[in-house]
Amino acid sequence: MSGFARAAFGVLLPPLLAVVAALVLFGAFLAAQGIDPVGAYGLVWLGAFGTWFSWQNTLVRAAPLLLTGLCVALPAQMGLLIIGGEGAFVLGGLASVAAGLYLYNIGCPDMITLILMAAAGSITGGALIAFCGILRIKRGVNETISSLLLAYISIAVMNQIVEGPMRDPTSLNRPSTPTLPSDVMIGTIPNTTIHYGLVFGLVACLAAYFVVYFTKFGFAARIVGGNARAGRVVGLPVERMVVAFCFAAGGAAGLAGMVEVAAVQGAASADLATGVGYTGILVAFLARMNPLALIPVAILLGGLDAAGGLLQQRLGLPDATMLVLRGTLFVMLLGSEALQGRLKRLWPQRVQKPLPAVAS
Amino acid sequence: MAGDALGWWGVPLAVGAGAIRVSTPFLFVSLGEVITETSGRINLGLEGTLVMGAMTGYATSFYAGSPWLGVLVAGLVGALLGALHAGICSLPKVNDIAVGIALLLFGTGLAFFLGTPFVAPQAPNLPSIPLGFWSNIPQVQAALKVNALFFIGVAAAPALSWALKNTGLGLMVRMVGDNAEAARAMGYSPLMVRLWATAFGGFMAGVGGSFLSLYYPGSWSEGLSSGQGIIAVALVIFARWRPMACLWASLLFGGAGALGPALQSVGVTGGYYLFNAAPYILTLAIMIISCSPDRTLAGAPGELSITK
Repeated sequence: MSGFARAAFGVLLPPLLAVVAALVLFGAFLAAQGIDPVGAYGLVWLGAFGTWFSWQNTLVRAAPLLLTGLCVALPAQMGLLIIGGEGAFVLGGLASVAAGLYLYNIGCPDMITLILMAAAGSITGGALIAFCGILRIKRGVNETISSLLLAYISIAVMNQIVEGPMRDPTSLNRPSTPTLPSDVMIGTIPNTTIHYGLVFGLVACLAAYFVVYFTKFGFAARIVGGNARAGRVVGLPVERMVVAFCFAAGGAAGLAGMVEVAAVQGAASADLATGVGYTGILVAFLARMNPLALIPVAILLGGLDAAGGLLQQRLGLPDATMLVLRGTLFVMLLGSEALQGRLKRLWPQRVQKPLPAVAS
Repeated sequence: MAGDALGWWGVPLAVGAGAIRVSTPFLFVSLGEVITETSGRINLGLEGTLVMGAMTGYATSFYAGSPWLGVLVAGLVGALLGALHAGICSLPKVNDIAVGIALLLFGTGLAFFLGTPFVAPQAPNLPSIPLGFWSNIPQVQAALKVNALFFIGVAAAPALSWALKNTGLGLMVRMVGDNAEAARAMGYSPLMVRLWATAFGGFMAGVGGSFLSLYYPGSWSEGLSSGQGIIAVALVIFARWRPMACLWASLLFGGAGALGPALQSVGVTGGYYLFNAAPYILTLAIMIISCSPDRTLAGAPGELSITK
């Protein structure tokens, strides 16, 4: 094995073992419920990746996860753990609906309206998470707690606005904003049911990967993430970098909110708080905070989401089944961090040792 | 009826009654988390523990017919989840905040999954103590029906405060939380102390959850918890790791949470959602005011990851 392959093996083996362990544990859990785990996993495969239809479903569900995953992975480069992506997601969605309705009514060209909607969503989400970064720098408030509190506050603010100033008078039982005209909705990629939000997500992940690993700015960020004091000593503008990364992170989640309203729901309502912000945390941890690795992980989790419906239909399992699998996966994966670096040391070195002479 | 004449006076009454009713889960979760955090670890997964406690408590009460047995089982399940958190966190290189989020997802998922059969049936609820017998106004009587768990929580706050300050066990927990190396040098195992402290935190969160399903609102559903487990973790920071302050903070948060529904009942529906978010806004505001980049928070355990 070459040095690179060995290193990759050492890094990838623990999470792989964790995934296998989680699948075995969850299988045992299903078996304890009297459900055939092999059949259930077969259905999960079918519902997630088995057919072109399920692939499209999976990719549509992966699209927002790419962006909310970035909301966690970007600040993590600087050593910050932001878990309030859900807040940026709902506020971003709300802001883009407001922008879309306003611009459409004043007769703005559709393309420009769409661009401005995306900008409104990103800036709103970005501002929210940047606020967490500013609180961290200026007041020493822990960003994990503050972002989580802000997520709850944002959902309340969104509900308040949807029921109050932006309520569509015709939405009686379930208050929602007026629906966006179809001219300013994001369409689907020709011959598929996949909307262009997936492209946004992929481009954002690739761009983030490039910035983090191939630019001076990204290199500086990783120095700060490793040791903030060292970053200050070498004269890096740590404060400004934290705010910039937090803004970009929130912007990604806000853009996901814009995609959700402009490609899926068409309006903002309480349904906007779908939990993709929280799933994004899991995606980012699974990807070990690497923006490029977000792509396969988001597709994997999007697939699990997509398969949930099929499990429910065929086996009568509750919606929460996938939550249990997701939770088990997450727990095992974090536990596997403990193995990181240890397997690498144990395994390949033993192979390299000369075999002891066999006395006959 | 005399009660209708209460009018606007119903608002402070409802807020007061709500403070007592809504605060109980806050109180239990935060008292448990105080011990966990004092030992130097933070468990963000208490929201999941709370929901699991609510589900198992309700299910136990449904099958066994005894709500108090439900409270006990909820506590034990919570302790188990706490021990799981502590077990994973005791592995090297594992981040306790991330494990907390993972267990939050896991706990809620498991509770929703296992709890599906218990959404419809009605289980025996915890009895309440009618302290409003002296009044003939039904609202006052309703407001002063207080659950026994509330009194247990109120009694636990000074007891824990005393135990942390004055007992060897309390000293051990504090020492592990302030300086694990020093504790190790004294011959204590920080990992074992944290295991017990986190299991205790889980137990209390489980009991807090059982209050939700067995008393108020008094049934099991997926939307039962509105983030009480998360608020309680923030509340501990707000209370600066002091059990007695947790009691006052719980009452304050309970009152804030009761303000929205109370105002709605007298016809003020304006800021319903914002009033519901009041505890979160309050916590954030307090953190902004009381934190500082130059020093750690007064009273913060030295080993705690969120204030280091």
